[in-house]
Amino acid sequence: MRRVLLSACAALALAGAARAVTPDEQLADPKLEARARALSQELRCLVCQNQSIDDSAAPLAHDLRVILRERIAAGDTDRQAVDYLVRRYGDFVLLRPPFQADTWALWLGPVAVLLLGGTGVALYVRARSRTAEGALSVVEEAELGRLLATEDMAKDGGD
Amino acid sequence: MRRLLALLPVGLFVLLLVGFMAGLRRDPAILPSMLIGKPLPAFALPPLKAGETGLASADLAGQPVLLNVFASWCGPCKEEHPTLLRLKADGVPIVGLDWKEEAADGARWLDENGDPYLRAGNDRTGRAGIDLGVSGVPETFVLDRRGRVRYRQVGAITPDVWVQTIAPLMARLRAES
Repeated sequence: MRRVLLSACAALALAGAARAVTPDEQLADPKLEARARALSQELRCLVCQNQSIDDSAAPLAHDLRVILRERIAAGDTDRQAVDYLVRRYGDFVLLRPPFQADTWALWLGPVAVLLLGGTGVALYVRARSRTAEGALSVVEEAELGRLLATEDMAKDGGD
Repeated sequence: MRRLLALLPVGLFVLLLVGFMAGLRRDPAILPSMLIGKPLPAFALPPLKAGETGLASADLAGQPVLLNVFASWCGPCKEEHPTLLRLKADGVPIVGLDWKEEAADGARWLDENGDPYLRAGNDRTGRAGIDLGVSGVPETFVLDRRGRVRYRQVGAITPDVWVQTIAPLMARLRAES
């Protein structure tokens, strides 16, 4: 039983490690491979659009992983290697959209909404506290004293 | 004035709602091509059958033409094929790019289903297609007489797509000098 459990755990652990990247795609230089790996996790697979090419088993994702590694092996900087794919497939291949004119709404929208909402809440709270401002009238003072007194009495009686 | 200000969040919400609803209707598979208005990237592909001419990007200037990316392993291509054959019969110039398969497989597919292409090239590694920004098959690029990409059709050319989109565009491109 123990052995079955152990092997099941091992299988699960291996399944976690298994990625779409196959050994024959990998670069011999571990430093370059690490760079390629990090980049490919930021690039969208065009076939299964919410997966990175690092995760995807689609043939096109395989091709793009190989191309990316070719570019890096040829001496491209990270930026150049990614641009190579962006020139072909557009900004859409970037899982992290760049900050530029046509994505301002995307990046700044949430901040703008938060500011707008925050301003609204602040104005509302200030307006409310302003109406509640000022000292209590004599009648209110008396009423407050009476209420506090009865509360104290209730407490003393309760103990 | 204060009333209007209070309605502002509701207005913004409705605006966002409309935006998101419109977004839901868009097909996420249809992506803009990076090549619109630009010349075709250079490629020179071998033919599907020995002895034929193959397909090079340099050959494609002169008249508006359809560049159809296909593969024998592609389901929707089978659906598209009769339309392409009909277009060929009507005299529409179409060239083929056989994507990511052995030339023999592409050749067999054309033998079995009919050949709608003036000429076709085999892109076994898929690199020419990737240079075009192809993300799947079928895809079709409409080229003007100067060899520039003017339109990209993602997915099959159905009779509807032809009549509504590509035929009018081809007519316009033929009228261009």
